[in-house]
Amino acid sequence: MHAPVVATTTTTGRDLRLDLFRGIALWLIFLDHIPSNLVAWATIRNYGFSDATEIFVFVSGYTAAFVYGKEMRERGFIIAGAHILRRAWQIYVAHVFLFAIYLAEISYVATSFENPLYAEEMNILDFLKQPDVTIIQALLLKFKPANMDVLPLYIILLLLFPPILWLLQFRSTLALGASVLLYVLTWEFNWNMPSYPSGHWYFNPFAWQLLFVFGAWCALGGAQRLSGILQSPVTLAIAIAYLLFAFVISLTWYVPGLGQYVPHWIEENIYPIDKVNLDVLRFAHFLALAVVTVWFVPRDWPFLKSWWAWPPIVCGQHSLEIFCLGVFLSFAAHFAMVEISGAFWMQSLISVLGILIMIAVAVLLTWYKRAESRSGSRPKKTPDADLAGGEA
Amino acid sequence: MRRPIAAGLAAGLLVLLALPGTAPAEERQPCEVPGYLLFGSNELKHVAEAAAKNRRLTIAVVGTGSSILAGPDGPPSAYPARLEASLKKRLPDVAVKVVTLVRTRMTAEDLAQGMAKLLADEKPDLVIWQTGTLDAIRRIEPDNFRAALEEGVETLHKGGADVILMNMQYSPRTETMVALGPYADVMRVVAQQYEIPLFDRHAIMRHWSDTGAFDLYAAGKDNVLAHLVHDCIGRAIAAMIVDAAHLRPPEIKAGQ
Repeated sequence: MHAPVVATTTTTGRDLRLDLFRGIALWLIFLDHIPSNLVAWATIRNYGFSDATEIFVFVSGYTAAFVYGKEMRERGFIIAGAHILRRAWQIYVAHVFLFAIYLAEISYVATSFENPLYAEEMNILDFLKQPDVTIIQALLLKFKPANMDVLPLYIILLLLFPPILWLLQFRSTLALGASVLLYVLTWEFNWNMPSYPSGHWYFNPFAWQLLFVFGAWCALGGAQRLSGILQSPVTLAIAIAYLLFAFVISLTWYVPGLGQYVPHWIEENIYPIDKVNLDVLRFAHFLALAVVTVWFVPRDWPFLKSWWAWPPIVCGQHSLEIFCLGVFLSFAAHFAMVEISGAFWMQSLISVLGILIMIAVAVLLTWYKRAESRSGSRPKKTPDADLAGGEA
Repeated sequence: MRRPIAAGLAAGLLVLLALPGTAPAEERQPCEVPGYLLFGSNELKHVAEAAAKNRRLTIAVVGTGSSILAGPDGPPSAYPARLEASLKKRLPDVAVKVVTLVRTRMTAEDLAQGMAKLLADEKPDLVIWQTGTLDAIRRIEPDNFRAALEEGVETLHKGGADVILMNMQYSPRTETMVALGPYADVMRVVAQQYEIPLFDRHAIMRHWSDTGAFDLYAAGKDNVLAHLVHDCIGRAIAAMIVDAAHLRPPEIKAGQ
């Protein structure tokens, strides 16, 4: 039951739970991105307020602080900052790559699909009429097709991360306080970044930074400072009660008859649950999930080193590549459902196949990395880019 | 290498076993709509009054491209005309009139601005407001979309008309390309807030697709599918109106 692959990473003191949950989050994001996928009913967004995005952003903040924080202490602000910016550039390139795939998909639909029932839906092709404007807006991260909002958020978060990380190292409470203040001001004054052709960013970076910075803060000693609260049964009870409340509310979205039993004052106060600005209910739901997880999944849980935990962990350790692959696979899966069959067996097959491909590619990436470090083609001085991949 | 893959497979199979299977499609009526998608607790009081007292019912359909069908046989086949035919059959002693105010490429905000004029011109008892598609395609700010819906619904309520909100079509081929979710959510919230019925066209068409009633993946210029779907939508709205206004069709009383 001992996986040598995992052993190499435990020596760095890395918390494997982070990789595990980020890997699972990547799978869930893939499943949620396949439209009409009944398998996606098994994902957490249907059972509460928050979804896999929260896990992903938090864990990414945590790992980015873990990896680059160490580097900043050892090698200084400039070197660590430069590495963070290089990572942001890699994510930008990945985003442009995904945009190219999106263009291919939508262009194909434009020429192959002429159902008169959907004349109105064909307005989505409007943007192809002005490729000069659209493509430039996409490169400026202002035009973001559906399901392609997460990477631009990461790019912004990483671009601003070096000074935040610096502050977190020396005045961690002040840094977290500034993050909370920015979040509150964003809600107060409706700050956001503009999008093309209209509207604003779907993941408002001014609001979502809170989760990223909170993750980073936890990585740099915050988690220890919270341990008293985290280990209290009262906290656990509150967290479980809140998760149950969110579960009951989420049931009313899918079983409309239940809606009438929800008191009006609750409806008036909780809706709309704003994903764009990371609604405080969503944030609280994530915190509750985290409290319950930390309570029941200890850091030295033997399962983390078993073969069963290894597939999601290896995916979580290559998050940028696997995220992009997941977006691509969800396009491909949708294509297969449209062209071959949308039946449940097909959805199940595609979902399982997609996850297997994600695992296989993650294994391949691990192999590449090991081969490279053995041949010595890459000097070992830089922080492990794939662990930092976390950062994505 | 083999064991983790087998583990992944086993995990996948477990997930599959835990999920409910899909119901067989064969024995279902074409375009049957389950009650939970159609009937709620929100009432249409003006419609009830107009039908009971005046024996007249004027319905206005306000919407965009998905409320019409192209071609010479388009208008009589689109759902507003099918709704009128279905209601006339269900309510033979009520003079039912359905007028349409459909303009393509309009956002909810554009449509909301025309509501006051519509009230003055047509004096409808009920307005069916189909919207959301273009707002989602253009990625209008959901807050602005919500404000436009609220403005429109308030204008209509002040003018003494009931409202049914109708959301987007289920379009499996373009699903990855337009994020309908936030806009559908806003429409659900606004419907709850004003206690008006929401005709969940998206869920209903999705249901037809899942049960095999219609192949909504089909490509090509053929009009047959569009006509059938619109006929079913028209009949489903008629059923919703009859239920929400507590109108008892006389033929059912006599027949049972």
